[in-house]
Amino acid sequence: MENCVKTELGRRYRFAASHRLHNDRLSEAENWRLYGKCNNPYGHGHNYVVEVLVSGNVDPATGMIANLADLDGFVEREVLEPFDHKSLNEDVAVFRERVPTTENLCIEIYERLKSFPKAKLERVRVEETSNNSFEYAGENAEDLLP
Amino acid sequence: MVLLTRKIEFSASHVYHNPAFSPEENKRVFGKCNNPHGHGHNYTLEVTVAGEPDLTTGMVLDLKELKAILEREVMQRMDHRFLNKEVPELAGKIPTCENIARVIWDLLEPKITQGRLHRVRLYETADLFADCYRDGACASNGTGR
Repeated sequence: MENCVKTELGRRYRFAASHRLHNDRLSEAENWRLYGKCNNPYGHGHNYVVEVLVSGNVDPATGMIANLADLDGFVEREVLEPFDHKSLNEDVAVFRERVPTTENLCIEIYERLKSFPKAKLERVRVEETSNNSFEYAGENAEDLLP
Repeated sequence: MVLLTRKIEFSASHVYHNPAFSPEENKRVFGKCNNPHGHGHNYTLEVTVAGEPDLTTGMVLDLKELKAILEREVMQRMDHRFLNKEVPELAGKIPTCENIARVIWDLLEPKITQGRLHRVRLYETADLFADCYRDGACASNGTGR
């Protein structure tokens, strides 16, 4: 019975960044038609919320799946420091090649966090605004939700 | 299948302290959560039940019944309590979000007889929560109950 119940730890983080949705391979008109006001050449910004879920055994000595200080430090180093108050298009190398939609942002954050050494990364959920959110659990995940 | 979720809030205090650790180790591992006088949170609990709506009532389970179960099993046990000392199910455990969520799962699971408990999510703050749910891998490898 013990092993039939899975426990995950969830933590929410915030950063603010700008982006512009634009694909160099498309014409100006096509970019505008596809991305609308998100194609504004000067970019625009969001307050992003990142929800990180990790799983693992709850250590009886600490009651924890992972120490929050470890998780917070890792997320700070891998995601918040490089993304907060930055232009995603200009300041994050991967988005020079890839359109920084929040789908792609969510995948990039997952890729940056999956090597967290203290617990298993289950999934990442990114809120672009309080009305739009995106989740990713790795390319082989068939069911996002437990 | 339909998922039904009910949310309740309770307030409680706790302290993180492992008597097997030295004072320095307790401080290092638990930080300010190790303050010997404890501290408190407003917890938010989301309980999700999965099932098919009954053909007569249209309900997975009667929300009034779920509300009564949560009142009896969670509110009366944990609301305005010092979790370390006043909740026997947490005795000897560090009352982290993970452990409290698991205790709540174990309390609710046998009590929910219409539909079945799908997920317990316990928020300690808006930015920190723990989820408990049935491990799908468990049933498929033949060790399910």
